[in-house]
Amino acid sequence: MVSFRAVIDMVKRIYLDNSATTPVAPEVIEAMMPYFSGEYGNASSLHSFGQAARQAVENSRKEIAATLGASPSEIVFTAGATEANNLAIKGLSFAHPEKRHIITSKIEHHAVIHTCGWLEEHGYDVTYLDVDSSGWIDPAAVREAIREDTLLVSIMAGNNEIGTLEPIGEIGAVCREKGILFHTDAVQAYGKVPLSMETIDLLSVSAHKLHGPKGVGFLHVRKGIPFIPLLHGGGHERGRRSGTENVPGIVGMAAAADIAFQEMEATAARLRGYRKRLIAGISSIPGTRLNGHETKFLPHITNFGFQGIEGESLVMRLDEQGIATSTGSACSSPDLEPSHVLLAIGVPLAMAHGSLRISTGRQTTDGEIDTILEVLPRVVEDLRAISPFKVS
Amino acid sequence: MYTEKVIEHFRHPHHMGKLPDYSAIGKVGNVVCGDVMWLYIKVNKDEKGREVIGDISWETFGCTAAIATSSMVSDIAKGKTLEAAIAITNREVAKELGGLPPVKMHCSALAADALNEAIYAYLTQAGREIPPALARRHERIAEEMSALERRYQAFADKEKTEG
Repeated sequence: MVSFRAVIDMVKRIYLDNSATTPVAPEVIEAMMPYFSGEYGNASSLHSFGQAARQAVENSRKEIAATLGASPSEIVFTAGATEANNLAIKGLSFAHPEKRHIITSKIEHHAVIHTCGWLEEHGYDVTYLDVDSSGWIDPAAVREAIREDTLLVSIMAGNNEIGTLEPIGEIGAVCREKGILFHTDAVQAYGKVPLSMETIDLLSVSAHKLHGPKGVGFLHVRKGIPFIPLLHGGGHERGRRSGTENVPGIVGMAAAADIAFQEMEATAARLRGYRKRLIAGISSIPGTRLNGHETKFLPHITNFGFQGIEGESLVMRLDEQGIATSTGSACSSPDLEPSHVLLAIGVPLAMAHGSLRISTGRQTTDGEIDTILEVLPRVVEDLRAISPFKVS
Repeated sequence: MYTEKVIEHFRHPHHMGKLPDYSAIGKVGNVVCGDVMWLYIKVNKDEKGREVIGDISWETFGCTAAIATSSMVSDIAKGKTLEAAIAITNREVAKELGGLPPVKMHCSALAADALNEAIYAYLTQAGREIPPALARRHERIAEEMSALERRYQAFADKEKTEG
């Protein structure tokens, strides 16, 4: 078996877009392999093939539940976090038709915002809470927004664009006190930072953000919370999500979660170090601004705005140099408006068009941070030279 | 998503920067939509005494497509008579680049518009008659620019009131 680094190094490129997706860890691939062609049974079948698959699924459920201090029956496997978010929000709405109000924020992932938007079209009221200039949501604002008919509060654990960590413990406590359900989209935070489950009722996770496979995730639902499934069929997942279980995917997700939780502290410390270096290095380029929170942040996400240049060009120029990053630039969106997250934190328009997200991962090295810090100033200078907006 | 030709022009753009002795400048786009292009032309006379785009350059704030179309329009226009340069369309710019993704077609409009505006500015400065096609296009561009201005103003106002 080749080492994790060796796999990455085969291609001489630097991947700093781990908030989009991550490479599957070799240990994870190894754990998944038997379930493609050896133990390929359907977990619902009675024979030995089926029972081996069932056992793998249930062991994985136990392992994943353990990472949250939850009970295995509280884990519902899905095809990813978009489905888990849809299931949480729509599933609860369908189960409680008398409650017509949902509270969320302006910086949620589209899987939450657009799901809430769809409910608005069907007669629901949605409050989209403001955030401060670092993307932080005030628990007091959640309290103020709660109404008689509020069904649910859905606030992400950590933001996928700017990395701000939200006070979900306090927000959950407000919800608990008011008897309102609390859901958190923990796609970027799960396995990266400790999550206190005490006041969380529902939590969405995707495997591919933590070196697991794509197309699998889960929704944690606290016992005794009724919801209506989105998918009807064979009654899998205790009737909560029909469809033959993605056995290799589920096994891979459990293996990935296992590694992530074992290494969490060490990886987080290392990635926080990278973030610190990135901030120090990029801040020394004139006309830049950190988008995000000074102290409450996900270890792996660093977001900067660059005056006078457009984000997509920046990403493309870095890609030419073999460095993969991403942008909240507007240029690919049909309405030409920059990222809703950057607008919500009040980034000036010109700067919002020139944003760059650098997201590190388990496989990131010191040398890769050296390289981007060496290449980035040159690329920025190069693009500013052809821009009509000069930065002094 | 981009053709090889687009990537080639983005990597090694032609005629970028500001002409030191330009005759006129065409400014289009708005930072609100993430694309701004300033196009400089130097008008000379050719051996037949016709006015031609003797030199051309540009400065662009924008995406890959905006930079590639800036480069391409400068290639197409350089050496052309003013009459021929006026006839350059955004479709032609996009076609020469091997096509653009639908969401990026506005970038090719920006490049052709900037050329139109530079020629319009040149003729206006010289107190010359403006050909009707050029004038019509100038009016359309001015209208679009002011629509963007209003949109930008709305954003700016929103930013102000919100904090």
